Amino acid sequence: MNTKQLELKATDIRADIIDMLVEAGSGHSAGPLGMTDVFTALYFNILKIDPEKPDWAERDRLVLSCGHICPVLYTVLAHRGFFRREELKTLRKFGSRLQGHPHNLALPGIENTSGPLGQGLSQACGMAYAAKLDASKWRVYCVMSDGEQNEGQVWEAAMFAGKYNLHNLTAIIDRNNIQIDGFTEDVMPLEPIVEKYQAFGWHVLEMDGHNFEDIIGCLRHAKAVFEKPTVIIAHTIPGKGVDFMENDYHWHGKTPKSGEAKLALHELRTLRGKIKSEHE
Amino acid sequence: MKYLVPISMDFTQQIAPRDGFGEGLVCLGKTNGDVVVLTGDLKESTRVEKFAENFPERFIEMGVAEQNMAGVAAGLALSGKIPFITSYAVFSPGRNWDQVRVSICYSKANVKVVGAHAGISVGPDGATHQALEDIAITRVLPNMTVVVPADSIETKKATIALAKHIGPSYIRFGREKTPVMTTDETPFVLGRATQILAGSDVTIIACGQMVAFALEAAQKLDGKLSVGVINLHTIKPIDIKAIIEAAKESGAIVTAEEHQIAGGLGGAVAEVLAESYPVPLERVGIKDTFGESGKPEELMEHYGLTTQHIIEAVERVIKRK
Repeated sequence: MNTKQLELKATDIRADIIDMLVEAGSGHSAGPLGMTDVFTALYFNILKIDPEKPDWAERDRLVLSCGHICPVLYTVLAHRGFFRREELKTLRKFGSRLQGHPHNLALPGIENTSGPLGQGLSQACGMAYAAKLDASKWRVYCVMSDGEQNEGQVWEAAMFAGKYNLHNLTAIIDRNNIQIDGFTEDVMPLEPIVEKYQAFGWHVLEMDGHNFEDIIGCLRHAKAVFEKPTVIIAHTIPGKGVDFMENDYHWHGKTPKSGEAKLALHELRTLRGKIKSEHE
Repeated sequence: MKYLVPISMDFTQQIAPRDGFGEGLVCLGKTNGDVVVLTGDLKESTRVEKFAENFPERFIEMGVAEQNMAGVAAGLALSGKIPFITSYAVFSPGRNWDQVRVSICYSKANVKVVGAHAGISVGPDGATHQALEDIAITRVLPNMTVVVPADSIETKKATIALAKHIGPSYIRFGREKTPVMTTDETPFVLGRATQILAGSDVTIIACGQMVAFALEAAQKLDGKLSVGVINLHTIKPIDIKAIIEAAKESGAIVTAEEHQIAGGLGGAVAEVLAESYPVPLERVGIKDTFGESGKPEELMEHYGLTTQHIIEAVERVIKRK
């Protein structure tokens, strides 16, 4: 997909995320909307995957470590053809394959189980190590949140990836500056995050998580780095696309009420009043 | 006394079960290319050194990072490998229980968690290093298999069996040399208890090195009482049938384990009996206390884990029949 197509796709995905969150009545809003562009780029431009063969041995793996932003993963997988879009409305409901936090055995396309923060990077390291052992060419991508960096296990895994030169691993940190209790730098300062990862033996890139050219450029750059794992600090706006959610940490862990959702969907579908929505 | 399976009661032969584990791993290294071994800076004391020397490309030194070790192992398993992760039981599955729960058990990752230096008999290191809760915290996890082999030979068999078994597993053993009473011919089937002696007065159900003490107790009581002994090496899935049959046959049960009686083997057997066939039960094990430093034999004596303590429990339970 070209940049224009990716932008349109991302808008559709954001609208589906709002719809599914309203229907679910609980869950996280800010993170999924903030990471929509990165996920859209990954699933429609970067990852070698086949929705017809979700277990294809040579596929790239995407490990979602911050499981609470799974609405974006589910929506992107549905748009990519792993399952039907109608199923998105079952999020968090009894009997649904779309669990409140993702489960690797529940749904095709889900590589790992997450929820308790800090566990994904270790799993991604294990997968990357296995690929190297087998001299396989597939790559591993691991999406983490910034608040998640508080967890000690992340740094255990960061040391491991540095030691074993896991060049087939690309980590992406959603640097949206918020976590449940407030701004990350108030809750538990992470800066200087670039220097920290560099000190652990990583190649570090920074990108604008809402600029598709930048996103795709960085993800391609990471593939070309040899002998080092790469981490991309993705600067994102939490709640991106919905004016009243953007940059407000109160939207980290709640969902819009139906009136708010209507407003949010109107904003998304009209690109903030720039165009007329076909849905209204 | 007639042993129902091949048993050697020559207790002069003592070998640390971890040696059996190390041998089992080397066998697996030769026969199964998917087996990968990880250790948390405890290569020598968990006996994975030989595997590391023979199969360096399949050995991963993790450093002192048990949480990451569990997660990396999950990633390896989800990519088709069969990782064994080794540390002391207090650290793995102790320190990394959440990772064992989510990354391994809930994900059904085919990881083998190996808890060495389990039990009070680790001795002078003291309570921080004496894993007395590990059976409890692993057997409550869905999808988990929990194995406590009786001696070094059985540890080797169990190690090989777990590599064949697909699914999250936990195996625990102690540090010290313990009596070897099983032989290469003694049967070992995951999930099936080994009945060593049949008894009409009481049956002792034990795991780990307590099986040897249970056999010694049966020997000492021979002539006075008809004592059965079951080696319940697989705590989960528990062999319900064997426990109920023993309860029916002998009408009284004693359990013996180097672990807290709450939640461990004694707890597991109590659950089966209470639900299916209640008979008097006495439990030998650690009774809701932490350990302390000391020589292994001093601690086993002080905390009530000797042959004599099993005999006393037998006498108590008989009176309650």
